[in-house]
Amino acid sequence: MAITTAQSPFRIDPLTGMRIDLKAQALVKINAVLAVVFLLVGGAAGLLVALTRWPAVHLLPADLFYMALTAHGVVALMVWIIFFEMAVIYFCASTVLSCRLATPGWAWVQVVLMTVGAAITAVAILQGNSSVMMTSYVPMDAAPHFYLGLILFAVGALIGCFVFLGTLVIAKEEQTYKGSLPLTVYGCLIAVIIAIFTIASGAIILIPTFLWSLGLIESIDPMMYRVIWWAFGHSSQQINVTAHITIWYTVASLAFGAKPMSEKVSRTAFLLYILFLQLGSVHHLLSDPGMSSAYKIFNTSYMMYMAVLASMIHGLTVPGAIEVAQRRNGYNNGLFEWLRKCPWGNPVFACTILSIIIFGFIGGITGVTMSVEQVNMIIHNTIYVPGHFHGTVAGGTTLAFMGLTYYLIPVLFQRELILPWLAKIQPWLFGIGIAVFGVALMGAGTLGVPRRHHDMTFAGQALSFEWPGMAYMMMAVGEIGGVVSVVGGAAFCVIVVGSILVGKKVPADAKCIVAPHADRNADKHIGMGGFEAPGTFVLALTLFVCLVLYYFINFKYLATVWTLA
Amino acid sequence: MATAYTPPEEGWATEPIERTEIIWIVLALSWCLFMFGWMIAWHWIGNQNMNNEAYRTTPEAYAKKVEDFTAKYTVRQDASDPSLPVVAPPPGSDVYLAASRWQWRPVLEFQKGKSYRVHISSLDWQHGFALLPENINFQAYPGYEQVITMTPNKTGTFGIACNEFCGIGHHIMLGRIYVKE
Repeated sequence: MAITTAQSPFRIDPLTGMRIDLKAQALVKINAVLAVVFLLVGGAAGLLVALTRWPAVHLLPADLFYMALTAHGVVALMVWIIFFEMAVIYFCASTVLSCRLATPGWAWVQVVLMTVGAAITAVAILQGNSSVMMTSYVPMDAAPHFYLGLILFAVGALIGCFVFLGTLVIAKEEQTYKGSLPLTVYGCLIAVIIAIFTIASGAIILIPTFLWSLGLIESIDPMMYRVIWWAFGHSSQQINVTAHITIWYTVASLAFGAKPMSEKVSRTAFLLYILFLQLGSVHHLLSDPGMSSAYKIFNTSYMMYMAVLASMIHGLTVPGAIEVAQRRNGYNNGLFEWLRKCPWGNPVFACTILSIIIFGFIGGITGVTMSVEQVNMIIHNTIYVPGHFHGTVAGGTTLAFMGLTYYLIPVLFQRELILPWLAKIQPWLFGIGIAVFGVALMGAGTLGVPRRHHDMTFAGQALSFEWPGMAYMMMAVGEIGGVVSVVGGAAFCVIVVGSILVGKKVPADAKCIVAPHADRNADKHIGMGGFEAPGTFVLALTLFVCLVLYYFINFKYLATVWTLA
Repeated sequence: MATAYTPPEEGWATEPIERTEIIWIVLALSWCLFMFGWMIAWHWIGNQNMNNEAYRTTPEAYAKKVEDFTAKYTVRQDASDPSLPVVAPPPGSDVYLAASRWQWRPVLEFQKGKSYRVHISSLDWQHGFALLPENINFQAYPGYEQVITMTPNKTGTFGIACNEFCGIGHHIMLGRIYVKE
């Protein structure tokens, strides 16, 4: 076997009792630090975008606005998130399984390739001739190194995926765990499998596009580009969803001693993502020419609703597991005592619960509705779309990653958090900012305000168009929310970087911070009316009612527009 | 004593599922199946659907069609921008609308309650047809011609913005449709 058998040195972490491979620790740290650095860059670009789309401020001229928007999409959606995901999969494969990391040398190649790739693409964007948005739809062309950087970045990520898989092989071989994989690692494995599919799709479309930009290929069909690009673009969001849901489960266990309500249900739900979501990416193409209704309906509805089902299951089982653990630990009164007694001031918990709520209520409900073939016609490419995906990616993924970071700084960097008062309010600043941003932009999108648009007033156009005042107000409110979320994001970066550099060292005899297993009280009678998690059930029903109402409200609105056939 | 970060206890695959989860799964699955059926049903019960009629074309061929169409049905020059012809095609006819950097041409004039077969295509990059304030949106590719039968149900002056980023002039791209009684 090609796997090196040399033993890595380990340390036992006093805070978690976990056995940490020092080589893995260094790699998790560097990936996490690079992630946060890129979050800072992506956030700064996002601030410029927000201050330009806020009608009263309208900060940047058009060329710089489109440049900042391209940078924001590439850096905040791809670079920050995938660097952090590398940190997560290395941590889960090695530390959670008490195993040494496979081929640390190759993992360093991952770090270098992803950094160099991101830097090359960033340079291309800043040079000004690659303001093509993250999606770079052909035949609009960017400089060749825009695509080259993305390709190198993706190759790096692919290497990271194989390091993860290799580590699972070692852990099995060296029997560092017994029985099945823990749910945390299983979730990462699902994410990695989706990632490999995703990166393959990205290669299939970005490599020819790179060759086209060099003049070696004559033309790229725009429909083919969009079909394959979205097999990459949407699936990469599914990696994020899988990763952040894995983090929800992990935090529920670390902070509450929670046991997954049913391993079988949670694992099956994860499996549904692999089986169904990639084809669901057709929901990006619902208003495109050249594809039949049968194709659109089969892929978005049959395929995607099975993935929607999976997310609805996780949305119940994670808070459900927390509720069961809290009830077992003594908070068993009424419907919501368990929720009231949660550690709301703890940033790890606050990030996680806000991530669950924003992902479900803002990202989830709207995502299900807008991917209906017909409803999509009144939403496609309006500013509603960024409103929606900031609910999933910023409110869901980024916030969950922030929560895990707060947990890992004392564990991996062995430093205490600085500015605990700021860490206490940071999740709320970021979360509420994103929630306001998402909801207000969706309101503006309902009025037709386009996305990726420098000037909604159409200044200088003889054929003028007058928006209702509400459209301007929604954009202003939304972008103020955006600015608040940037302040929250900046606070996060300050706390993380500050803690790593000047945080107090965690003493070697520090007390364990992992919650004891709630399972030890398994014989206790908990819950109400035969439900172990009645409070969560009521909350889930609330989500369900909101979803059903919102779905039909959109059809009611759709029924008022011009007849289309 | 299992958690998410430790291996599950033996027998996890046969452990019974708790009532909260069972009821939720049944409810969520039923809703997903309903939505699947409803999306199909709306093709019959709804008045807003894509028929997904589309053809291969080329920018040159499509530009020619738009030119011929404009020459045939121009009724006047637009009051806001006298350089633009206003084209009033007869109800039921084929209407050719072209997106290019950075304009929607020609300006159209429809009658309320009458149907038009509106062809949409791009002459260069990708664009987005965004009818305002109705908020009806379609993607426009070069080389593909999409046909949507539109029946305006209200009168007024409607804008056509571009909602797919198409370069530095994207935000000034604006067309117009007049709908008369």
